[in-house]
Amino acid sequence: MMVVYFLVGTPLFGALLLGIVGHKKEGARINLLLSFLTMISSLYLVYLISQQQILGNDSSDFYIDSLNVYLLALTAVVGFTTAFFSGPYMLHEAKVRKLSDARMRLYHSSYQGFIFTMLLGLSTNNLGVLWVSLEGATLTTVLLVSLYRTPSSIEAAWKYFILCGVGIAQALFGTVLVYFAAAKVIPNVEDSLLWTQLFAHAGELNPVIITIAFVFLLVGYGTKVGLVPLHNWLPDAHSEGPTPMSAVLSGLLLNVALYALIRIKMITDLALEGEQTVHIQNLAGYLMMGFGLISFTVAVLFLHRQRDIKRLFSYSSIEHMGLMTFAFGLGTPLSTFAGLLHMLVHGLTKSAIFISVGHAAQIAGTQSIEKIRGLIQTQPKVGWGLLIGTVVIAGFPPFGIFTSEFLLLSSTVHTYPWLAIPLLMGLSIAFAGLFKHIQPMCFGNKPENQQPVKATMWPVFLHLIIVLWLGLAIPEQLSQWFNNVTILITGSGVL
Amino acid sequence: MNIMSLPLSEQAILLFAGMVLFTSFSLLAQPRIVAAIRMFAWQGVLLSIVTVMVAVDTGLHHLYISALLTLLMKAIFIPWLLHRLVHKMEFQREQDILHHPVLVLLAGGVLVIFCYSIALPIERLGNSVTQPIIALSMAMVMLAMLMLITRHKAVSQVIAFMAMENGLFFAAVSATHGMPMVVELGIAFDVFVAAIIFGVFFFHIKDSFDSLDVDHLSSLSESDQ
Repeated sequence: MMVVYFLVGTPLFGALLLGIVGHKKEGARINLLLSFLTMISSLYLVYLISQQQILGNDSSDFYIDSLNVYLLALTAVVGFTTAFFSGPYMLHEAKVRKLSDARMRLYHSSYQGFIFTMLLGLSTNNLGVLWVSLEGATLTTVLLVSLYRTPSSIEAAWKYFILCGVGIAQALFGTVLVYFAAAKVIPNVEDSLLWTQLFAHAGELNPVIITIAFVFLLVGYGTKVGLVPLHNWLPDAHSEGPTPMSAVLSGLLLNVALYALIRIKMITDLALEGEQTVHIQNLAGYLMMGFGLISFTVAVLFLHRQRDIKRLFSYSSIEHMGLMTFAFGLGTPLSTFAGLLHMLVHGLTKSAIFISVGHAAQIAGTQSIEKIRGLIQTQPKVGWGLLIGTVVIAGFPPFGIFTSEFLLLSSTVHTYPWLAIPLLMGLSIAFAGLFKHIQPMCFGNKPENQQPVKATMWPVFLHLIIVLWLGLAIPEQLSQWFNNVTILITGSGVL
Repeated sequence: MNIMSLPLSEQAILLFAGMVLFTSFSLLAQPRIVAAIRMFAWQGVLLSIVTVMVAVDTGLHHLYISALLTLLMKAIFIPWLLHRLVHKMEFQREQDILHHPVLVLLAGGVLVIFCYSIALPIERLGNSVTQPIIALSMAMVMLAMLMLITRHKAVSQVIAFMAMENGLFFAAVSATHGMPMVVELGIAFDVFVAAIIFGVFFFHIKDSFDSLDVDHLSSLSESDQ
């Protein structure tokens, strides 16, 4: 348990510390050091879980199992690599945009605070604390979105705040209803919001209340996942905030919100198991499939008409979150396995892409797609990083995203064959949309007096190599975890 | 359930719950911002009174703490903060004109009926007097959302946002007699931080757009300019 406290406590301490000294020259270095410590403790946690499967018991405040351990590690690792990128990047931004000391303090403190809320949300056993931490994730990032104080960034932050605040309020209502249903069947009322207790007693929960609660929770956490039609905040917040924040927002926060949905769906499925018709039994799955497919389709179409490079990739995030929601909604062992893998590879790839995008925007001095040209000529590392990242996110073999999308497609063909058609069409439209924009940015002649910038590209290539590795061979321990979770969710495994 | 057959204390809880819903409606229709802030404060006061009454009725001591928290946050701190900001920005006389007040109020009435019909199956399960309040608190959340989309000023949107939090708190008190303490403290902390950040935002919006009208915040969209 100590390691969990250390893991969650380090970024919390960091948020307070950097709130005082974050503007100093050492601010970025302290940020990096703290992220490094967080990463080390998360890796130690991975080691512990590989030895003993589960950390915590039925009534403990923290509960680590196969489902959240790899997400914790992903969060801590991407948090570290992004902190590495953020140092020189923010130094450059501070110079160009004349950011004051107070704002650099705010930036570093919010960065650590954001990592803290995500780690807390992932490791807690209490659905109420999960809600508090997801709301906390909004609060820590909202001032980051408006960090540059331009009118459009303030607009984006206001939208983000109001939409996510309202959305997540629905999730609190759902949580209250879950607590209401649970308090009737769980002996110790104080424990009624613990996920382990809920899961153990799920069959006895009142199905009507749980159904209503699930709808509220889906709308609430779905807003944070970025499901259409609740996605409006996402492209704005991604495009107007500083790039390191876009990387962690897209790569990690959306995953945490989806993780909350998965946990709740597991309870809902068990609670509805005794219902008469199949339609009601699978209600949660159908809702998630519907929302997922709509998000996927809408995002794919919107990819084509983007003019801002960060908006382009935020729509790509909506597309992939839609795919994952669809995969978990489908609920077969294979699709669940694919969804779990996709959460991992998408998180790694998307944060790598946003790092490259950040450098590309600094080289060109703008985020407008039309004005970014000749990246490979100007700075080959950045150009190729962006290009390969896009190849990976578009789902080319032999990278990991291809594997998970292929698994998802084949399980779709087994269950609802006709749904494979919109999925395949969507994937090819997304591919066309991405490359239409990316190709002239990477190739093409560079504009005159375009200069290279100081770039940190190794995190990008590290992430992409891991994704390549996961595409070629998934380590046995990881596939064992995915299989455990699949058994926990669907009742049977794939291995 | 026959109201007349209930003990007097439970009848009083229902009466005050009805008054809380009434404040939601008057928030919905109130164009003057200062008056809306005052009405929001009254909502907080009523909410903490209901909480104390439920605490007395059920004998649960931790509800007294929730009532105190609500009184401090919703009835004193947030209204005070909003008042101060409005005065600082010389915004006292501003109005947030509602374009179709009758339609909005009618829609509010429809929402309340809708919420009662959704909550019907939940009520049937209940055996406590506070159960009918679930529908009422759901209605408060919906009314606050309606207020959020019909208003144009940042201040009134914040009041609507906080009124929604009130509805959620009311749901927790009535359905489950409060949440576990750690969750309740966490929520209170989140609301506190949110209120401060909203305050910061007023200044940013005022500096950038020279007014608190959120209609100016419409440059980021997918439509072609």
